Amino acid sequence: MAELVLRNISKRFGGLLAVDNLDLDVSEGMILSLIGPNGAGKTTVFNMITGVYPPSHGTITYRGNKLNHLRSNRIIRNGIARTFQNIRLFKSMTVLENVQVGLHCRTKSGAFRALFRTPHQKQEEKEIIDRAMEILEFLGLVDYRNEYASYLPYGDQRRLEIARAVATQPHMLLLDEPAAGMNPRETAELMELIIKLRDTGLTIFLVEHDMRLVMGISEIVTVLDHGQKIAEGTPKQVQENERVIEAYLGTKSKERA
Amino acid sequence: MDTASFIIQQLINALFLGSIFALIALGYTMVYGIIELINFAHGELFTAGAFIGIIVLAALQKTGFVESHFVITLILVFGMAMAYVAVLGVAIEHVAYKPLRRASRLAAILSALGMSIFLSNGMMLSQGVSDRAYPSILGIEGFSILDARITYGQVFIIVLSLLLMVALQMFVNWTKLGKAMRATAQNQTMARMLGIDIDKTIRVTFMIGPALGAAAGVMVGLYYGSVRFDMGFIYMIKAFAAAILGGIGSIPGAVLGGMIIGGVEVLWSAFLPSEWKDVTTFVVLILVLYLRPSGILGEHVSETRV
Repeated sequence: MAELVLRNISKRFGGLLAVDNLDLDVSEGMILSLIGPNGAGKTTVFNMITGVYPPSHGTITYRGNKLNHLRSNRIIRNGIARTFQNIRLFKSMTVLENVQVGLHCRTKSGAFRALFRTPHQKQEEKEIIDRAMEILEFLGLVDYRNEYASYLPYGDQRRLEIARAVATQPHMLLLDEPAAGMNPRETAELMELIIKLRDTGLTIFLVEHDMRLVMGISEIVTVLDHGQKIAEGTPKQVQENERVIEAYLGTKSKERA
Repeated sequence: MDTASFIIQQLINALFLGSIFALIALGYTMVYGIIELINFAHGELFTAGAFIGIIVLAALQKTGFVESHFVITLILVFGMAMAYVAVLGVAIEHVAYKPLRRASRLAAILSALGMSIFLSNGMMLSQGVSDRAYPSILGIEGFSILDARITYGQVFIIVLSLLLMVALQMFVNWTKLGKAMRATAQNQTMARMLGIDIDKTIRVTFMIGPALGAAAGVMVGLYYGSVRFDMGFIYMIKAFAAAILGGIGSIPGAVLGGMIIGGVEVLWSAFLPSEWKDVTTFVVLILVLYLRPSGILGEHVSETRV
Protein backbone atom coordinates (compact mmCIF):
# COMPACT_ATOMS: atom_id res chain seq x y z
CA MET A 1 0.00 0.00 0.00
CA ALA A 2 1.17 3.47 -0.81
CA GLU A 3 2.48 5.70 1.96
CA LEU A 4 -0.27 8.28 1.51
CA VAL A 5 -3.65 7.26 0.14
CA LEU A 6 -6.48 9.65 -0.76
CA ARG A 7 -9.81 8.04 -1.57
CA ASN A 8 -12.86 9.85 -2.97
CA ILE A 9 -11.70 13.13 -1.52
CA SER A 10 -13.96 16.13 -2.07
CA LYS A 11 -13.91 19.61 -0.66
CA ARG A 12 -16.78 22.01 -0.95
CA PHE A 13 -16.58 25.68 -0.03
CA GLY A 14 -20.17 26.92 -0.14
CA GLY A 15 -21.18 26.54 -3.77
CA LEU A 16 -17.67 25.82 -5.02
CA LEU A 17 -16.49 22.26 -5.38
CA ALA A 18 -12.75 22.85 -5.03
CA VAL A 19 -11.75 19.20 -5.10
CA ASP A 20 -14.03 16.64 -6.72
CA ASN A 21 -13.80 12.96 -5.85
CA LEU A 22 -10.04 12.68 -6.01
CA ASP A 23 -8.08 9.42 -5.67
CA LEU A 24 -4.37 9.77 -5.21
CA ASP A 25 -1.56 7.48 -4.07
CA VAL A 26 1.89 8.67 -3.06
CA SER A 27 4.38 5.82 -2.75
CA GLU A 28 7.33 5.83 -0.41
CA GLY A 29 10.55 7.41 -1.59
CA MET A 30 9.24 8.96 -4.80
CA ILE A 31 8.90 12.48 -6.09
CA LEU A 32 5.31 13.13 -7.09
CA SER A 33 4.09 16.43 -8.48
CA LEU A 34 0.57 17.76 -8.47
CA ILE A 35 0.05 20.32 -11.22
CA GLY A 36 -2.84 22.14 -12.79
CA PRO A 37 -4.04 25.59 -13.81
CA ASN A 38 -4.66 28.24 -11.16
CA GLY A 39 -7.62 27.38 -8.98
CA ALA A 40 -7.48 23.69 -9.84
CA GLY A 41 -7.52 22.76 -6.16
CA LYS A 42 -3.87 21.84 -5.60
CA THR A 43 -3.30 23.78 -2.41
CA THR A 44 -6.71 22.63 -1.15
CA VAL A 45 -5.43 19.06 -1.39
CA PHE A 46 -2.37 20.00 0.70
CA ASN A 47 -4.55 21.80 3.23
CA MET A 48 -6.74 18.74 3.69
CA ILE A 49 -3.78 16.40 4.07
CA THR A 50 -2.18 18.65 6.70
CA GLY A 51 -5.35 19.32 8.65
CA VAL A 52 -5.87 22.99 7.87
CA TYR A 53 -9.45 21.90 7.20
CA PRO A 54 -11.05 18.47 6.90
CA PRO A 55 -12.27 17.05 3.58
CA SER A 56 -16.03 17.25 3.01
CA HIS A 57 -15.90 13.67 1.80
CA GLY A 58 -13.56 10.74 1.54
CA THR A 59 -10.65 9.39 3.53
CA ILE A 60 -7.01 10.28 3.86
CA THR A 61 -4.80 7.47 5.11
CA TYR A 62 -1.15 7.86 5.97
CA ARG A 63 0.85 4.69 6.65
CA GLY A 64 -2.34 2.96 7.68
CA ASN A 65 -3.58 5.77 9.96
CA LYS A 66 -6.64 7.77 9.08
CA LEU A 67 -5.87 11.49 9.14
CA ASN A 68 -9.31 13.01 8.61
CA HIS A 69 -10.28 15.38 11.42
CA LEU A 70 -6.90 15.24 13.11
CA ARG A 71 -5.45 18.65 13.91
CA SER A 72 -2.30 19.75 12.14
CA ASN A 73 -0.06 19.27 15.15
CA ARG A 74 -1.10 15.60 15.40
CA ILE A 75 -0.70 15.01 11.68
CA ILE A 76 2.81 16.43 11.75
CA ARG A 77 3.73 13.92 14.47
CA ASN A 78 2.69 11.15 12.10
CA GLY A 79 5.52 12.20 9.81
CA ILE A 80 4.17 14.69 7.29
CA ALA A 81 5.70 18.17 7.01
CA ARG A 82 4.89 20.97 4.62
CA THR A 83 5.85 24.41 3.42
CA PHE A 84 3.48 27.10 2.23
CA GLN A 85 3.15 28.93 -1.05
CA ASN A 86 3.66 32.27 0.72
CA ILE A 87 6.66 32.26 3.04
CA ARG A 88 5.67 31.80 6.67
CA LEU A 89 8.89 32.06 8.58
CA PHE A 90 8.97 33.31 12.14
CA LYS A 91 10.45 36.61 11.05
CA SER A 92 11.57 37.94 14.40
CA MET A 93 13.38 34.73 15.26
CA THR A 94 16.84 33.81 14.14
CA VAL A 95 17.48 31.18 11.48
CA LEU A 96 18.63 28.75 14.16
CA GLU A 97 15.56 29.39 16.31
CA ASN A 98 13.25 28.77 13.37
CA VAL A 99 14.78 25.32 12.93
CA GLN A 100 14.75 24.69 16.68
CA VAL A 101 11.00 25.26 16.80
CA GLY A 102 10.60 22.56 14.17
CA LEU A 103 12.78 20.15 16.15
CA HIS A 104 10.88 20.65 19.36
CA CYS A 105 7.95 18.59 18.23
CA ARG A 106 10.18 15.52 18.48
CA THR A 107 11.55 16.18 21.96
CA LYS A 108 10.05 15.04 25.21
CA SER A 109 10.72 17.61 27.92
CA GLY A 110 7.42 18.91 29.21
CA ALA A 111 6.39 22.35 30.37
CA PHE A 112 7.47 21.98 33.95
CA ARG A 113 10.76 20.31 33.35
CA ALA A 114 11.56 23.17 30.99
CA LEU A 115 11.07 25.69 33.80
CA PHE A 116 13.59 23.95 36.03
CA ARG A 117 16.57 23.38 33.84
CA THR A 118 17.34 19.80 34.77
CA PRO A 119 20.51 18.10 33.47
CA HIS A 120 18.31 16.04 31.20
CA GLN A 121 16.80 19.24 29.85
CA LYS A 122 20.21 20.78 29.21
CA GLN A 123 21.39 17.64 27.45
CA GLU A 124 18.32 17.72 25.24
CA GLU A 125 18.80 21.40 24.42
CA LYS A 126 22.35 20.64 23.35
CA GLU A 127 21.19 17.80 21.13
CA ILE A 128 18.59 20.08 19.57
CA ILE A 129 21.21 22.68 18.70
CA ASP A 130 23.54 20.03 17.26
CA ARG A 131 20.74 18.60 15.15
CA ALA A 132 19.63 22.07 14.03
CA MET A 133 23.19 22.84 12.94
CA GLU A 134 23.31 19.59 10.94
CA ILE A 135 20.13 20.53 9.13
CA LEU A 136 21.37 24.05 8.43
CA GLU A 137 24.63 22.56 7.16
CA PHE A 138 22.72 20.22 4.85
CA LEU A 139 20.76 23.12 3.40
CA GLY A 140 23.74 25.46 3.20
CA LEU A 141 22.35 27.96 5.68
CA VAL A 142 24.78 27.46 8.51
CA ASP A 143 26.51 30.82 8.03
CA TYR A 144 23.21 32.63 8.54
CA ARG A 145 22.31 30.85 11.77
CA ASN A 146 22.26 33.98 13.95
CA GLU A 147 20.57 36.28 11.42
CA TYR A 148 16.92 37.16 11.76
CA ALA A 149 14.90 35.17 9.27
CA SER A 150 13.48 38.33 7.71
CA TYR A 151 17.00 39.51 6.71
CA LEU A 152 17.69 36.51 4.48
CA PRO A 153 17.59 36.83 0.70
CA TYR A 154 14.40 35.45 -0.82
CA GLY A 155 15.81 32.16 -2.07
CA ASP A 156 17.39 31.45 1.30
CA GLN A 157 14.11 32.18 3.07
CA ARG A 158 12.53 29.48 0.94
CA ARG A 159 15.33 27.10 1.86
CA LEU A 160 14.90 27.95 5.54
CA GLU A 161 11.23 27.01 5.24
CA ILE A 162 12.31 23.63 3.93
CA ALA A 163 14.93 23.34 6.69
CA ARG A 164 12.29 24.02 9.33
CA ALA A 165 9.95 21.44 7.81
CA VAL A 166 12.78 18.87 7.66
CA ALA A 167 13.46 19.58 11.34
CA THR A 168 10.16 17.96 12.30
CA GLN A 169 11.75 14.71 11.03
CA PRO A 170 9.10 13.82 8.49
CA HIS A 171 8.84 10.81 6.20
CA MET A 172 7.00 12.86 3.64
CA LEU A 173 7.58 16.46 2.67
CA LEU A 174 4.83 18.52 1.03
CA LEU A 175 6.26 21.48 -0.86
CA ASP A 176 3.75 24.09 -2.04
CA GLU A 177 5.26 26.00 -4.95
CA PRO A 178 8.80 26.06 -3.58
CA ALA A 179 10.16 27.69 -6.74
CA ALA A 180 7.69 30.58 -6.76
CA GLY A 181 9.54 33.83 -7.24
CA MET A 182 12.92 32.18 -7.69
CA ASN A 183 15.32 33.07 -10.45
CA PRO A 184 16.56 30.30 -12.80
CA ARG A 185 19.77 29.76 -10.84
CA GLU A 186 17.90 29.45 -7.54
CA THR A 187 15.42 27.07 -9.17
CA ALA A 188 18.25 24.89 -10.43
CA GLU A 189 19.71 24.77 -6.91
CA LEU A 190 16.28 23.90 -5.57
CA MET A 191 15.99 20.97 -7.97
CA GLU A 192 19.29 19.60 -6.72
CA LEU A 193 18.17 20.10 -3.14
CA ILE A 194 14.89 18.26 -3.65
CA ILE A 195 16.70 15.31 -5.21
CA LYS A 196 19.20 15.37 -2.34
CA LEU A 197 16.34 15.31 0.17
CA ARG A 198 14.67 12.43 -1.62
CA ASP A 199 17.96 10.52 -1.53
CA THR A 200 17.96 10.75 2.28
CA GLY A 201 14.79 8.67 2.22
CA LEU A 202 12.12 11.39 2.16
CA THR A 203 9.03 11.10 0.02
CA ILE A 204 8.47 14.37 -1.84
CA PHE A 205 5.00 15.59 -2.77
CA LEU A 206 5.20 18.76 -4.80
CA VAL A 207 2.77 21.41 -6.00
CA GLU A 208 4.53 23.55 -8.56
CA HIS A 209 3.98 25.78 -11.56
CA ASP A 210 7.55 25.77 -12.84
CA MET A 211 7.33 23.06 -15.52
CA ARG A 212 11.07 22.79 -15.95
CA LEU A 213 11.33 21.80 -12.31
CA VAL A 214 8.29 19.51 -12.36
CA MET A 215 9.26 17.67 -15.52
CA GLY A 216 12.92 17.58 -14.50
CA ILE A 217 12.60 15.76 -11.21
CA SER A 218 9.18 14.08 -10.87
CA GLU A 219 8.66 10.39 -11.23
CA ILE A 220 4.90 10.73 -11.33
CA VAL A 221 2.91 13.81 -12.33
CA THR A 222 -0.77 14.15 -11.45
CA VAL A 223 -2.82 16.83 -13.20
CA LEU A 224 -5.81 18.49 -11.61
CA ASP A 225 -8.33 20.68 -13.38
CA HIS A 226 -11.42 22.09 -11.69
CA GLY A 227 -10.81 19.79 -8.75
CA GLN A 228 -10.74 16.61 -10.82
CA LYS A 229 -7.84 14.42 -11.76
CA ILE A 230 -7.54 14.57 -15.53
CA ALA A 231 -4.24 12.77 -16.02
CA GLU A 232 -1.51 10.88 -14.25
CA GLY A 233 1.74 9.35 -15.39
CA THR A 234 5.37 9.97 -16.09
CA PRO A 235 6.32 13.52 -17.11
CA LYS A 236 6.52 12.40 -20.72
CA GLN A 237 3.08 10.76 -20.71
CA VAL A 238 1.50 13.79 -19.10
CA GLN A 239 3.10 16.24 -21.50
CA GLU A 240 1.62 14.36 -24.45
CA ASN A 241 -1.84 14.01 -22.91
CA GLU A 242 -4.57 15.75 -24.92
CA ARG A 243 -6.68 16.72 -21.92
CA VAL A 244 -3.69 18.26 -20.16
CA ILE A 245 -2.81 20.37 -23.15
CA GLU A 246 -6.42 21.43 -23.37
CA ALA A 247 -6.61 22.33 -19.70
CA TYR A 248 -3.49 24.44 -19.90
CA LEU A 249 -3.97 26.08 -23.27
CA GLY A 250 -7.73 25.91 -23.62
CA THR A 251 -9.53 24.84 -26.78
CA LYS A 252 -10.33 27.48 -29.34
CA SER A 253 -14.00 27.65 -28.37
CA LYS A 254 -13.12 28.03 -24.70
CA GLU A 255 -10.62 30.73 -25.46
CA ARG A 256 -13.27 32.86 -27.04
CA ALA A 257 -15.74 32.36 -24.18
CA MET B 1 15.77 68.36 50.83
CA ASP B 2 18.36 69.24 48.20
CA THR B 3 17.95 68.64 44.51
CA ALA B 4 20.04 65.47 44.30
CA SER B 5 18.12 63.78 47.09
CA PHE B 6 14.87 64.85 45.50
CA ILE B 7 15.89 63.29 42.20
CA ILE B 8 16.95 60.03 43.85
CA GLN B 9 13.69 59.86 45.79
CA GLN B 10 11.59 60.42 42.69
CA LEU B 11 13.67 57.94 40.73
CA ILE B 12 12.92 55.22 43.26
CA ASN B 13 9.23 56.13 43.21
CA ALA B 14 9.21 55.98 39.43
CA LEU B 15 11.03 52.66 39.36
CA PHE B 16 8.55 51.22 41.83
CA LEU B 17 5.44 52.41 40.04
CA GLY B 18 6.92 51.58 36.66
CA SER B 19 7.67 48.00 37.73
CA ILE B 20 4.10 47.50 38.89
CA PHE B 21 2.67 48.82 35.63
CA ALA B 22 5.16 46.77 33.66
CA LEU B 23 4.24 43.53 35.44
CA ILE B 24 0.55 44.08 34.75
CA ALA B 25 1.18 45.25 31.19
CA LEU B 26 3.07 42.02 30.48
CA GLY B 27 -0.12 40.07 31.05
CA TYR B 28 -1.99 42.14 28.49
CA THR B 29 0.71 42.02 25.93
CA MET B 30 1.36 38.27 26.19
CA VAL B 31 -2.30 37.39 25.82
CA TYR B 32 -2.74 39.86 22.99
CA GLY B 33 0.37 38.54 21.28
CA ILE B 34 -0.97 35.04 21.21
CA ILE B 35 -4.73 35.34 20.62
CA GLU B 36 -5.17 39.03 19.78
CA LEU B 37 -7.53 39.56 22.66
CA ILE B 38 -7.45 42.30 25.26
CA ASN B 39 -8.09 40.41 28.45
CA PHE B 40 -10.21 42.95 30.28
CA ALA B 41 -10.45 40.62 33.25
CA HIS B 42 -6.71 41.09 33.83
CA GLY B 43 -7.22 44.00 36.26
CA GLU B 44 -9.44 41.79 38.39
CA LEU B 45 -6.85 39.01 38.33
CA PHE B 46 -4.38 41.55 39.69
CA THR B 47 -6.82 42.40 42.51
CA ALA B 48 -7.49 38.71 43.16
CA GLY B 49 -3.75 38.25 43.64
CA ALA B 50 -3.73 41.02 46.22
CA PHE B 51 -6.60 39.39 48.10
CA ILE B 52 -5.01 35.94 48.10
CA GLY B 53 -1.92 37.62 49.50
CA ILE B 54 -3.90 39.20 52.31
CA ILE B 55 -5.65 35.93 53.13
CA VAL B 56 -2.41 33.95 53.27
CA LEU B 57 -0.70 36.69 55.28
CA ALA B 58 -3.52 36.94 57.80
CA ALA B 59 -3.46 33.18 58.33
CA LEU B 60 0.30 33.15 58.80
CA GLN B 61 0.21 36.12 61.16
CA LYS B 62 -2.18 34.35 63.53
CA THR B 63 0.28 31.52 64.02
CA GLY B 64 3.23 33.83 64.51
CA PHE B 65 4.89 32.31 61.48
CA VAL B 66 5.66 35.71 59.95
CA GLU B 67 8.06 36.74 62.70
CA SER B 68 9.85 33.40 62.86
CA HIS B 69 10.13 32.69 59.14
CA PHE B 70 10.05 35.99 57.30
CA VAL B 71 11.58 34.85 54.02
CA ILE B 72 9.42 31.75 53.79
CA THR B 73 6.40 33.96 54.47
CA LEU B 74 7.23 36.14 51.49
CA ILE B 75 7.74 33.11 49.27
CA LEU B 76 4.42 31.63 50.45
CA VAL B 77 2.48 34.86 49.99
CA PHE B 78 3.79 35.54 46.49
CA GLY B 79 3.84 31.87 45.52
CA MET B 80 0.28 31.15 46.56
CA ALA B 81 -1.14 34.36 45.10
CA MET B 82 0.59 33.67 41.78
CA ALA B 83 -0.36 29.99 41.72
CA TYR B 84 -4.00 30.68 42.55
CA VAL B 85 -4.35 33.40 39.96
CA ALA B 86 -2.55 31.28 37.36
CA VAL B 87 -5.21 28.60 37.83
CA LEU B 88 -7.90 31.27 37.72
CA GLY B 89 -6.41 32.60 34.47
CA VAL B 90 -6.53 29.18 32.82
CA ALA B 91 -10.09 28.66 34.07
CA ILE B 92 -11.19 31.99 32.60
CA GLU B 93 -9.58 31.16 29.29
CA HIS B 94 -11.35 27.83 29.23
CA VAL B 95 -14.77 29.15 30.16
CA ALA B 96 -14.89 32.60 28.59
CA TYR B 97 -12.44 32.72 25.67
CA LYS B 98 -11.81 29.26 24.29
CA PRO B 99 -15.40 28.66 23.13
CA LEU B 100 -15.22 31.98 21.27
CA ARG B 101 -11.89 31.49 19.55
CA ARG B 102 -13.51 31.14 16.16
CA ALA B 103 -16.19 33.74 16.81
CA SER B 104 -15.86 37.42 15.97
CA ARG B 105 -13.35 39.55 17.82
CA LEU B 106 -16.18 41.57 19.34
CA ALA B 107 -17.74 38.49 20.97
CA ALA B 108 -14.50 37.68 22.77
CA ILE B 109 -14.08 41.27 23.94
CA LEU B 110 -17.61 41.31 25.34
CA SER B 111 -16.93 38.02 27.06
CA ALA B 112 -13.78 39.56 28.58
CA LEU B 113 -15.73 42.56 29.84
CA GLY B 114 -18.36 40.24 31.29
CA MET B 115 -15.66 38.21 33.02
CA SER B 116 -14.22 41.42 34.45
CA ILE B 117 -17.60 42.46 35.92
CA PHE B 118 -18.23 38.96 37.22
CA LEU B 119 -14.88 38.75 39.01
CA SER B 120 -15.15 42.26 40.38
CA ASN B 121 -18.58 41.55 41.85
CA GLY B 122 -17.44 38.20 43.13
CA MET B 123 -14.65 39.90 45.05
CA MET B 124 -17.01 42.58 46.33
CA LEU B 125 -19.34 39.89 47.72
CA SER B 126 -16.63 37.78 49.26
CA GLN B 127 -14.21 40.48 50.46
CA GLY B 128 -16.52 43.40 51.18
CA VAL B 129 -16.85 46.87 49.68
CA SER B 130 -14.50 48.76 51.97
CA ASP B 131 -10.73 49.04 52.03
CA ARG B 132 -9.00 46.09 53.62
CA ALA B 133 -5.83 46.82 55.57
CA TYR B 134 -2.80 44.88 54.40
CA PRO B 135 -0.52 43.59 57.15
CA SER B 136 2.51 45.83 56.89
CA ILE B 137 5.16 43.17 57.12
CA LEU B 138 7.72 45.02 55.04
CA GLY B 139 8.06 47.67 57.76
CA ILE B 140 9.50 51.12 57.40
CA GLU B 141 13.15 50.44 58.06
CA GLY B 142 15.46 51.51 55.34
CA PHE B 143 18.48 53.58 54.56
CA SER B 144 19.28 57.03 53.28
CA ILE B 145 21.14 58.18 50.23
CA LEU B 146 21.89 61.85 50.91
CA ASP B 147 18.50 62.95 52.23
CA ALA B 148 16.50 60.51 50.17
CA ARG B 149 14.79 57.86 52.25
CA ILE B 150 14.56 54.38 50.74
CA THR B 151 12.91 51.51 52.60
CA TYR B 152 14.01 47.90 52.31
CA GLY B 153 10.45 47.15 51.26
CA GLN B 154 10.81 49.37 48.19
CA VAL B 155 14.10 47.76 47.29
CA PHE B 156 12.63 44.31 47.72
CA ILE B 157 9.65 45.06 45.50
CA ILE B 158 11.74 46.64 42.76
CA VAL B 159 14.28 43.80 42.79
CA LEU B 160 11.56 41.14 42.78
CA SER B 161 9.74 42.68 39.83
CA LEU B 162 12.96 43.01 37.86
CA LEU B 163 13.78 39.36 38.63
CA LEU B 164 10.34 38.28 37.41
CA MET B 165 10.81 40.23 34.19
CA VAL B 166 14.26 38.72 33.59
CA ALA B 167 12.89 35.26 34.32
CA LEU B 168 10.09 35.82 31.80
CA GLN B 169 12.55 37.00 29.18
CA MET B 170 14.71 33.93 29.74
CA PHE B 171 11.70 31.66 29.59
CA VAL B 172 10.44 33.14 26.36
CA ASN B 173 13.80 33.19 24.64
CA TRP B 174 15.47 30.03 25.79
CA THR B 175 12.94 27.34 26.56
CA LYS B 176 11.06 25.12 24.19
CA LEU B 177 7.72 26.35 25.47
CA GLY B 178 8.84 29.96 25.23
CA LYS B 179 9.83 29.46 21.61
CA ALA B 180 6.51 27.76 20.98
CA MET B 181 4.79 30.84 22.42
CA ARG B 182 6.71 33.20 20.16
CA ALA B 183 6.08 30.98 17.16
CA THR B 184 2.36 30.85 17.91
CA ALA B 185 2.22 34.63 18.30
CA GLN B 186 3.90 35.13 14.94
CA ASN B 187 1.96 32.62 12.89
CA GLN B 188 -0.51 30.26 14.44
CA THR B 189 -1.18 28.07 11.40
CA MET B 190 2.50 27.56 10.81
CA ALA B 191 3.18 26.87 14.48
CA ARG B 192 0.55 24.14 14.42
CA MET B 193 2.10 22.81 11.23
CA LEU B 194 5.34 22.32 13.14
CA GLY B 195 3.67 20.17 15.75
CA ILE B 196 3.07 22.86 18.36
CA ASP B 197 0.01 22.26 20.52
CA ILE B 198 -1.67 25.68 20.28
CA ASP B 199 -4.19 25.02 23.05
CA LYS B 200 -1.42 24.15 25.46
CA THR B 201 0.59 27.21 24.47
CA ILE B 202 -2.43 29.44 25.07
CA ARG B 203 -3.03 27.82 28.46
CA VAL B 204 0.55 28.50 29.50
CA THR B 205 0.19 32.13 28.42
CA PHE B 206 -2.92 32.40 30.56
CA MET B 207 -0.93 31.07 33.50
CA ILE B 208 2.12 33.27 33.23
CA GLY B 209 0.43 36.60 32.44
CA PRO B 210 -2.07 36.48 35.32
CA ALA B 211 0.60 35.16 37.71
CA LEU B 212 2.73 38.24 37.01
CA GLY B 213 -0.34 40.43 37.56
CA ALA B 214 -0.99 38.68 40.88
CA ALA B 215 2.58 39.38 42.00
CA ALA B 216 1.99 43.05 41.20
CA GLY B 217 -1.24 42.93 43.23
CA VAL B 218 0.57 41.62 46.31
CA MET B 219 3.27 44.27 45.85
CA VAL B 220 0.71 47.07 45.70
CA GLY B 221 -1.01 45.70 48.80
CA LEU B 222 2.23 45.43 50.74
CA TYR B 223 3.41 48.85 49.67
CA TYR B 224 0.27 50.96 50.02
CA GLY B 225 -1.13 48.97 52.94
CA SER B 226 -4.65 48.46 51.66
CA VAL B 227 -6.64 46.73 48.94
CA ARG B 228 -10.15 47.09 47.68
CA PHE B 229 -12.26 44.99 45.31
CA ASP B 230 -12.26 47.66 42.60
CA MET B 231 -8.64 48.80 42.83
CA GLY B 232 -7.77 46.81 39.71
CA PHE B 233 -9.57 49.25 37.47
CA ILE B 234 -7.17 52.18 37.53
CA TYR B 235 -4.15 49.88 37.38
CA MET B 236 -5.72 48.05 34.49
CA ILE B 237 -6.27 51.27 32.57
CA LYS B 238 -2.71 52.43 33.11
CA ALA B 239 -1.09 49.08 32.44
CA PHE B 240 -3.19 48.76 29.32
CA ALA B 241 -1.95 52.18 28.24
CA ALA B 242 1.59 51.01 29.01
CA ALA B 243 1.18 47.90 26.86
CA ILE B 244 -0.19 49.96 23.96
CA LEU B 245 2.49 52.58 24.42
CA GLY B 246 5.30 50.01 24.29
CA GLY B 247 3.69 48.24 21.33
CA ILE B 248 1.10 45.63 22.20
CA GLY B 249 2.37 42.11 21.69
CA SER B 250 5.95 43.07 22.50
CA ILE B 251 7.34 41.89 25.84
CA PRO B 252 10.20 44.42 26.08
CA GLY B 253 7.63 46.98 24.92
CA ALA B 254 5.39 46.29 27.91
CA VAL B 255 8.28 46.78 30.31
CA LEU B 256 9.37 49.99 28.59
CA GLY B 257 5.79 51.28 28.43
CA GLY B 258 5.26 50.52 32.12
CA MET B 259 8.43 52.35 33.08
CA ILE B 260 7.51 55.37 30.98
CA ILE B 261 3.98 55.60 32.40
CA GLY B 262 5.34 55.19 35.92
CA GLY B 263 8.00 57.79 35.33
CA VAL B 264 5.67 60.36 33.82
CA GLU B 265 3.16 59.94 36.61
CA VAL B 266 5.80 60.40 39.31
CA LEU B 267 7.27 63.39 37.51
CA TRP B 268 3.86 65.01 37.29
CA SER B 269 3.03 64.37 40.95
CA ALA B 270 6.38 65.81 41.99
CA PHE B 271 5.75 69.21 40.49
CA LEU B 272 2.07 69.58 39.66
CA PRO B 273 -1.24 68.93 41.41
CA SER B 274 -1.42 65.19 41.89
CA GLU B 275 -5.20 64.99 41.42
CA TRP B 276 -4.42 65.41 37.75
CA LYS B 277 -1.81 62.69 37.57
CA ASP B 278 -4.13 60.15 35.96
CA VAL B 279 -4.56 62.44 33.00
CA THR B 280 -0.85 62.34 32.18
CA THR B 281 -0.93 58.67 31.30
CA PHE B 282 -3.41 59.28 28.56
CA VAL B 283 -1.78 62.44 27.28
CA VAL B 284 1.43 60.46 26.78
CA LEU B 285 -0.49 57.62 25.21
CA ILE B 286 -2.26 59.89 22.75
CA LEU B 287 0.98 61.63 21.81
CA VAL B 288 2.85 58.40 21.16
CA LEU B 289 0.02 56.84 19.19
CA TYR B 290 -0.21 59.99 17.11
CA LEU B 291 3.48 59.82 16.25
CA ARG B 292 3.88 56.05 16.15
CA PRO B 293 0.58 54.17 15.91
CA SER B 294 2.03 50.70 16.51
CA GLY B 295 3.66 51.75 19.79
CA ILE B 296 7.32 52.31 20.56
CA LEU B 297 8.54 48.75 20.00
CA GLY B 298 5.48 47.48 18.19
CA GLU B 299 5.57 45.51 15.01
CA HIS B 300 3.79 46.82 11.98
CA VAL B 301 0.10 46.40 12.44
CA SER B 302 -0.28 45.43 8.83
CA GLU B 303 1.72 42.23 9.20
CA THR B 304 -0.49 39.46 8.00
CA ARG B 305 -1.54 36.73 10.34
CA VAL B 306 -3.28 33.80 8.76
